[in-house]
Amino acid sequence: MTPEQTGSAFSPARLWSNPASRALIALVLVFVLGCVFNADGAFFKLGTHRDTLRQASVFGILACGMTLVIISGGIDLAVGSVLALVAVAFSLMSIHWNWSPWVVLPLCLLLGAAAGGMAGGVTAWFGIQPFIATLAMMVFARGLAKTLSGGMKVSTAVKQADGNYHYVDVPAIFRFIDNRILGGHLSMVTVIFALCAAVAWVLLARHRWGRELYAIGGNEEAARLSGVSVAWTKLLAYAASGALAAVAGLCQAAQEQQGDPEAGVGYELTAIAMVVIGGTPLTGGRGGIGLTLLGTLTIGYLDKILSINAVPEASRLMLTGAIIVAAVLTQRRRRS
Amino acid sequence: MTLLAADSLRSPLVRLRGIGKRFGPVQVLRGVDLDIFGGEVLVLAGENGAGKSTLIKILGGVHTDFDGTIEIDGQVVRPRSPLEAAALGVAIIFQELSLVPTLTVADNIFLGRPLTRRGFVDDAGQRAAARRLLDQLGLDIDVDQRVEDLSIAQQQLTEVAKALARDARVIVMDEPTSALNAPEVEKLFGLIADLKARGCGIVYITHKMEEIERIADRIAVLRDGEHVGAAPAAELPPAKLVNWMVGREVEHQFPRHAGQPGAERLRLDGFSVWRNGRGNRPTVEGVSFSVHAGEILGVGGLQGSGASDLFGGLFGAYGAQVGGQAWLDSRPLAIASPRRAIDQGLAWLTNDRKATGLVLPLSIIANATLADLPRLSTAGWRRPPLEIAAAREQGATLALRAASLDMEVGLLSGGNQQKVALAKWLQTRPRLLLLDEPTRGIDIGAKREIYQLMNDLTARGLAILLITSELPELLALSDRLVVLHRGRLTAEFSRAEATPEKVLAAAMGRA
Repeated sequence: MTPEQTGSAFSPARLWSNPASRALIALVLVFVLGCVFNADGAFFKLGTHRDTLRQASVFGILACGMTLVIISGGIDLAVGSVLALVAVAFSLMSIHWNWSPWVVLPLCLLLGAAAGGMAGGVTAWFGIQPFIATLAMMVFARGLAKTLSGGMKVSTAVKQADGNYHYVDVPAIFRFIDNRILGGHLSMVTVIFALCAAVAWVLLARHRWGRELYAIGGNEEAARLSGVSVAWTKLLAYAASGALAAVAGLCQAAQEQQGDPEAGVGYELTAIAMVVIGGTPLTGGRGGIGLTLLGTLTIGYLDKILSINAVPEASRLMLTGAIIVAAVLTQRRRRS
Repeated sequence: MTLLAADSLRSPLVRLRGIGKRFGPVQVLRGVDLDIFGGEVLVLAGENGAGKSTLIKILGGVHTDFDGTIEIDGQVVRPRSPLEAAALGVAIIFQELSLVPTLTVADNIFLGRPLTRRGFVDDAGQRAAARRLLDQLGLDIDVDQRVEDLSIAQQQLTEVAKALARDARVIVMDEPTSALNAPEVEKLFGLIADLKARGCGIVYITHKMEEIERIADRIAVLRDGEHVGAAPAAELPPAKLVNWMVGREVEHQFPRHAGQPGAERLRLDGFSVWRNGRGNRPTVEGVSFSVHAGEILGVGGLQGSGASDLFGGLFGAYGAQVGGQAWLDSRPLAIASPRRAIDQGLAWLTNDRKATGLVLPLSIIANATLADLPRLSTAGWRRPPLEIAAAREQGATLALRAASLDMEVGLLSGGNQQKVALAKWLQTRPRLLLLDEPTRGIDIGAKREIYQLMNDLTARGLAILLITSELPELLALSDRLVVLHRGRLTAEFSRAEATPEKVLAAAMGRA
């Protein structure tokens, strides 16, 4: 691309050269698909959209954290397990121990951030590849979740001293998170997702730390020689990803009304797909939260459209795989 | 370009005619003629950037887009890959070796053309053949050892064996002794003598005068991408060789206006840098000099001199792997990290803007403010208006030409990229500027602007340490000069004393 072109006004070529507009085109295509295969008008019902957003929210929260890490040139495979770990811890503390949400929520976020930060620290200081370090945390956190829960789902059926089970009420904080607002038209988890995206966006776009993440992902050595403390900056990205995985874990537990140590298996891969479909390249240094939002909606709606048209899950998975490849092919940067 | 009379009785193994090559706007080779004969060592001499590496990469099939012709045994050929060049009998041993570290010596020797039996690799046969080959060469290397477990010298010798296994008749060695100790060098020279006796043609690139005197049969000299001449080594004593390598007057292009130097800015006393860790030989050893405010001190040296490592060491790029004393404005310089160096007023323009200078996917603004973000933000929150103002101010100072300051730096021309890298460092308000190859790969217009900038900066009291591999540029811009050879300071010159011949001789270890 020449400087003259960047300065020019609207043109189709310019639109296509911009990753945001390419991601938007993909989303629009999915919407067109939805309008054509509307399953006897189901696609035009408000409730369908509310549910699509609700189902995409947990993944979207993970994808926001994943975006931070991927922009720094890394990857975080641990988010699905951290989600399960926090879901278990949240349920234990809220349902079984009856702790106040004012204590439980900060502890859960801290737990997620610590898990992410540990993986990040191993990457940053020992030079272990992010893939390996977060893979290790993925396995470890899953094990910890199973240990805490004793391998069982942590539900409202609480075992008594006499060995019998007795059902307790779902805690208020669970109900709050799983609530709907605006006359039942918007799920609370979608609001939480929007908040997470907003915070991640502000940090990336307006904070020094965000700029330094881009610099590290774009050229780590140049960033280091420009005075960026590479290790801490990276560690914070993984800690933030862990904290966002914790938020996703809270939402997951509230929606299921239990802490399932088996929850979130494979979620990290969906989150990565959402980031990549949005147009943030795995090579780092580019991309952003806005793109990830588009990617989250694209996958979320695609899944919904296929399911309301009663496409069997087996075919859905194969189609999604094909679409990921197609999307990434169009997102690939053209040689300038 | 006249070719000095080569031995007309023999016909050369390789005949290069009119070789030209350009990288974008920069013409790096122009009409180069070269003959390589069997049974002799041809030393290819020239300053850094004279075009030696480009020339051998053309011969070796690395660069395929060039002008002119290559003849091997009288046949015009055009190798399109290193593999094709190898099939033609040309092997190039680069400084970065092309062995696979995790494979054994035998596997490496036969890599790409294995001995096979019924479609499977004949492991026993390969090992026996490799052992025979190494024995013939008098090399004591275990064929079953992994290459990564060998010393650098053994790796290099393995590379030679690999070349011979492919019937190479022309073997090019690019600074093969830079990582070797004295006994290893002897071993290599012994092998070279052996190869000569077998009728191989050796092309040897080196910056060390003592090596040239020892092994050269003939010497060809490149300067600024042109062939200056070739002569039997006996007819080219060191003084004359140096004269061939320099001999270029471009002084009028450099309008250096030296002012009166001010107070002492930086002082080094026995300064050493262990770039590769304390256990290894320091790449800078016991260097002492000082530079004053308003002064440009040139640091001369050829490849492997350690000049860039001196900059990196001062800047804290290798952490605290330094020894000796350093004072900045009469206070001890704390060397720990780049951040500490920047905070104390140091700036280091590295010699490779794409690899270590710029973040190519980011905008001009993001790059120009990267090193100064702590000052440009409040409690961690960036202040875009301040950043835009800073980038605009530095851009104006440097006459940066770009459609928009939001443009990705990767899309700019080389000269403008260099200006962005400079903008980043000027934005930190440095007191001592370390410039490593500030004009590498940029056009003449941008070069002049950078020269003018250096005048302006020193007039404002900045001190500059300058590395440039272009000797005329070094001589014309430096108020004083120090010269390094293999990490040690070999000479110091005032502007009046310095001549190209003296500086080059000192850089080659002949002070």
